[in-house]
Amino acid sequence: MIEALISHYNYWLIIILMMLGLYVVVSRGNLVKKIVGLNIFQTSVFLLYISLSKVSGGTAPILTGKPESFSNPLPHVLILTAIVVGISTTALGLALVVRIRESYGTIEEDDILIAERSQDVSERNGGSA
Amino acid sequence: MRHHLILRVVSKMLIPFILLFGLYVQFHGDFGPGGGFQAGVIFAAAFILYALVFGDDQARKVIPDKALILLVPMGLLIYALTGFAGILLGGKFLDYDVLSSDPTQGQHLGILVIELGVGITVAAVMISIFRAYAGRTKAIDKEDW
Amino acid sequence: MNLIVPHLPVLQVAIPLIAAPICVLFTFGGHRKLAWLFTLSISWICLLIAGALLSRVVLETDISYAIGSWPPPFGIEYRVDPINAFVLLIISGVSAIALPFARLSVEKEIESDRHVLFYTCYLLCLTGLLGVTITGDAFNIFVFLEISSLSTYVLIATGVRQDRRALTAAYNYLILGTIGATFFVIGIGLLYMVTGTLNIADLAERLKPLSDNRVVHAGFAFIIIGTCLKLALFPMHAWLPNAYTYAPSLVTVFLAATSTKVSVYVLLRFLFTVFGPTYDFVNLTFEFVLLPLAIVAMFAGSVTAIFQTNVKRLFAYSSVAQLGYMMLGVSLCNIPGLMATILHIFNHALMKGALFMALGCVVYRLGAISLGSMKGLGRRMPWTMGALTLAGLSLIGVPGTVGFISKWHLILGTLESGYWPIAILIVGSSLLAVIYIWNIVEVAYLEKETSREQTLKEVPMTMLAPLWVLVILNFYFGIDTDLTTRVARNVAATFLGGG
Repeated sequence: MIEALISHYNYWLIIILMMLGLYVVVSRGNLVKKIVGLNIFQTSVFLLYISLSKVSGGTAPILTGKPESFSNPLPHVLILTAIVVGISTTALGLALVVRIRESYGTIEEDDILIAERSQDVSERNGGSA
Repeated sequence: MRHHLILRVVSKMLIPFILLFGLYVQFHGDFGPGGGFQAGVIFAAAFILYALVFGDDQARKVIPDKALILLVPMGLLIYALTGFAGILLGGKFLDYDVLSSDPTQGQHLGILVIELGVGITVAAVMISIFRAYAGRTKAIDKEDW
Repeated sequence: MNLIVPHLPVLQVAIPLIAAPICVLFTFGGHRKLAWLFTLSISWICLLIAGALLSRVVLETDISYAIGSWPPPFGIEYRVDPINAFVLLIISGVSAIALPFARLSVEKEIESDRHVLFYTCYLLCLTGLLGVTITGDAFNIFVFLEISSLSTYVLIATGVRQDRRALTAAYNYLILGTIGATFFVIGIGLLYMVTGTLNIADLAERLKPLSDNRVVHAGFAFIIIGTCLKLALFPMHAWLPNAYTYAPSLVTVFLAATSTKVSVYVLLRFLFTVFGPTYDFVNLTFEFVLLPLAIVAMFAGSVTAIFQTNVKRLFAYSSVAQLGYMMLGVSLCNIPGLMATILHIFNHALMKGALFMALGCVVYRLGAISLGSMKGLGRRMPWTMGALTLAGLSLIGVPGTVGFISKWHLILGTLESGYWPIAILIVGSSLLAVIYIWNIVEVAYLEKETSREQTLKEVPMTMLAPLWVLVILNFYFGIDTDLTTRVARNVAATFLGGG
């Protein structure tokens, strides 16, 4: 049991990181903190891919001409793409936060909800407001 | 940041080396660790450092916004046109083998051009992202540093 | 010809992809009109390619294209078979019809200095959706999914000129969409862990002896949850109503008609091509997850729609219900049910495209979209409201419209599985659709117009023509069902037979 825990420590760390990230996204009301959580969540997936590409005893996947065992380079390439996606998401998310802050004056989800609800109510009453 | 003499001198010395390292990572990418993504970010880091130390206005003189708008699609176009070159030379899309008479040479050439496109776009996008944020807020007062 | 025909699969994606950076160059000099014309012509080229691909796969065999000449299980493969050729045709067709309508609508709803970048994002979104559909590589699906999603977030946020809530809608979609995509990529990673391949056909082969492997089960669950988030199945639909409501009209038309459909396609691909109903855990998912959620979605969506005063949001909730129909067809897992899903992907694109386009016309004239502001609009804008009403009939499923065809097959599917109470539920939820469509018809035709509405004129011909093309297609494919049912039957048989 203990051995199973220790020999797969990378997966445990990844799961903890994943849950932490997801928890931050769900529980925080601050829009920037949500994005931080999202980043942690995505990073855990990067680590999942990287750790599964490791071949025990393998070196970096650079051809030297000598017969060597090396780690699987494909997940690295996949994750390079995923990192780029992650950066774009973060940049876009933060840009949206900046715009939200400019038009609502706050980046707290609760305050934004209150503002939107009053906008909804005034629309309902005013008809074509 | 006129008063921060050490920062200014150190970054002035550092920036050429960052750019050089960026070029190394870019063009050594098909022999060792490296490539367009990393090189683009390193390259952009030099410009961002410059903007941080000498101010956004000064940085805009080095690379104007219009140049960035031109560079971002340019890298992507280099990438896509290399892909189409594969078709025109009788191979498949993004087929590097046909780019040169010798397939190995073709692979070298293909990945070099593709990574160059990637590098240009990544560097330009990184600087644009930095500018999109930096240009929005007022400059920090000198007393607040 | 040798330069084009064998390369059609990749050109389908590469042409809009290369068009996007070219479109950016129109910012120099601010050629707004040129950017629109360019996007329009690219859409039509895509439609031509999709048509050529569909006719080739229906008449001949499936096409496989190896990117960079790397042979399939190793490199990225683009694979065209009847189902994704059909979806490609839907995506590019909707885009080709929506863009003529777009010029005036975009002119009105988006700041003029943003137009060129708006069309660039639109092209990227098109690229992403086409790429998800055509690729035969699991990780490539994720990459294209993110290309389309990221550009979608931007497109939704451009609605900020009309209403600042577009920003929060885009933000919420970004958070949930990214979680969905990340779940999807975790699932792909787990499958890669046990099989060592990312090619979909190869994945299906290698998974066969692994039906009891727990990693495979976990990967399956992650993929299903991820795609269900993207396609807004009932409890995961929270992002959809606001995103559709506050996006600019063109974006709503395009998204409602294509983006969730593409996610449904991805789900079908994984459920039937990669896994297949022969696996026990897939059957359990059908019976205990998708079926109940689909039924709840049908009702929750429709009931919420009845109480909406914002008409765009009303139809957004109705989309949630319609996605419930699609998922119900999937979960029945028999030929008529699956046919219903595939037909409904097409039919729903037609009717929601027409409905949101009509609403776009209303926004163009009125600037608002609440029920209260539409009083007496039937007399002021007869062609627009007429189209809205006819498309609404199709949404309800009146015989002679496409909505009837898909519901008919859905009911056949439930009866074949012996779930006759569900057949009654389908009819019941259609009656709910009657209520919300009637709400609009009543306001538009029976209520007295206020002074504000009396000055209104009908929208220009360039907006009406694409709208009526969609409405006529709604009826054409409702009466002449030969083409669509043939493709759907063909696809359903392959899915159930081959899987």
